[in-house]
Amino acid sequence: MRKSKNLYWILGILLTGIALVAADHIDAPAVSGGTSDITDYFAFQGENSSNLVFAANVQGLLSPNATSTASFNENVLVEFNIDNTGDNVEDLVIQAIARNDKMYFFGPFAPPTTGLNSSIQTAAIASVVDITLYGANTITTTNQGMQFFAGPRDDPFFFDFGQFGEILAGNATGFNDPGIDTFAGTNVLSIVIEIPKNMLGGNGTLNTWVETKTN
Amino acid sequence: MKIKHIKHILFAFVTIVSLASCNDNDDGRMNNEPDFSGTFVQADQMGRPAVNTVFVSANSKDAFNVTIPSDQGAMFQNMFQTNLETLSPAFSDAGDKNALGLDAATFTGLLATDVLGVSTTGTTTFFDGTNVLTGRNLSDDVISVELLLIFGGEDGTENPGLTDDHVDANDKPFLTSFPYLALPW
Repeated sequence: MRKSKNLYWILGILLTGIALVAADHIDAPAVSGGTSDITDYFAFQGENSSNLVFAANVQGLLSPNATSTASFNENVLVEFNIDNTGDNVEDLVIQAIARNDKMYFFGPFAPPTTGLNSSIQTAAIASVVDITLYGANTITTTNQGMQFFAGPRDDPFFFDFGQFGEILAGNATGFNDPGIDTFAGTNVLSIVIEIPKNMLGGNGTLNTWVETKTN
Repeated sequence: MKIKHIKHILFAFVTIVSLASCNDNDDGRMNNEPDFSGTFVQADQMGRPAVNTVFVSANSKDAFNVTIPSDQGAMFQNMFQTNLETLSPAFSDAGDKNALGLDAATFTGLLATDVLGVSTTGTTTFFDGTNVLTGRNLSDDVISVELLLIFGGEDGTENPGLTDDHVDANDKPFLTSFPYLALPW
């Protein structure tokens, strides 16, 4: 009995691990399920068409119960990278990191060194926003035309990842119609920045990406 | 009298020292402000959705996350192409292309550099029927776009059972104003 119960749990964990990898959720062993795991990244024109919006999500697949106690890790720096010259090397970065229930934002600034290692550019402080608590009213700040938010949100990603897993495993030949959203009812921790396009440079197109960096 | 003077001088001295120690701080923070010092080392990286998940082999997923985008193409394009041709065998036929007109080498060359292009002058969308890879909106059905480009062939009609997961929208409506993402469950 005991053995089969253990086996059941191991199987369950394995299946969960396989089934719930998606946009970038638990994409790789070193970050899987941890506080530095990026689940998703978006870049789009804002409600004000002079602005762009960058949104990064971490810590995916939070149940409502888990969301109430989830928090940003103060050792995880979230960095938005902007290449405005077309060489896929960051020309500008915006940094976000939590301290004492607040999210601190720095930039955009030209990093003194590019690549895998960063230090926080405290002189480029852009704003500090109280991290919105689960169930509380949304808190945002504005500065120099930029807007800032940090806190739990519904996971905006949608995908029938369960059925995709069945197809890959050879148990199904196609998707169902309608499909089932594997990410329905789950939350993430979000960082959202809106910023005037004229602060980002470039000639009409930017290359952008998000990184988490830990110390 | 002397002792009183010394007290005053000492008080003034202590005051100056404590003010100076605030001003002296390299990063300009006062003692009660948070500590932002230290070196932060890359753990995860993402541009486009599902790239690492779908195209990077299991034993290379961590390495992909800690490779700078300008090096990713040279290091991972071959792996992406092998994995694409395994997933969607039609791509291994010479001249086979997807709906963007990209063959396996060109398509994986694009994907292996994991950055998200975003337009600052026009519509931002992953794909809206006209614009391609000019950003990513919250509402974009990015998975069905990727499935179509992987399985749909030149005109998007191949493998119809694999080109749409039939989950076309989020489980909550998005907001029209900042911060745009829906409230949590």
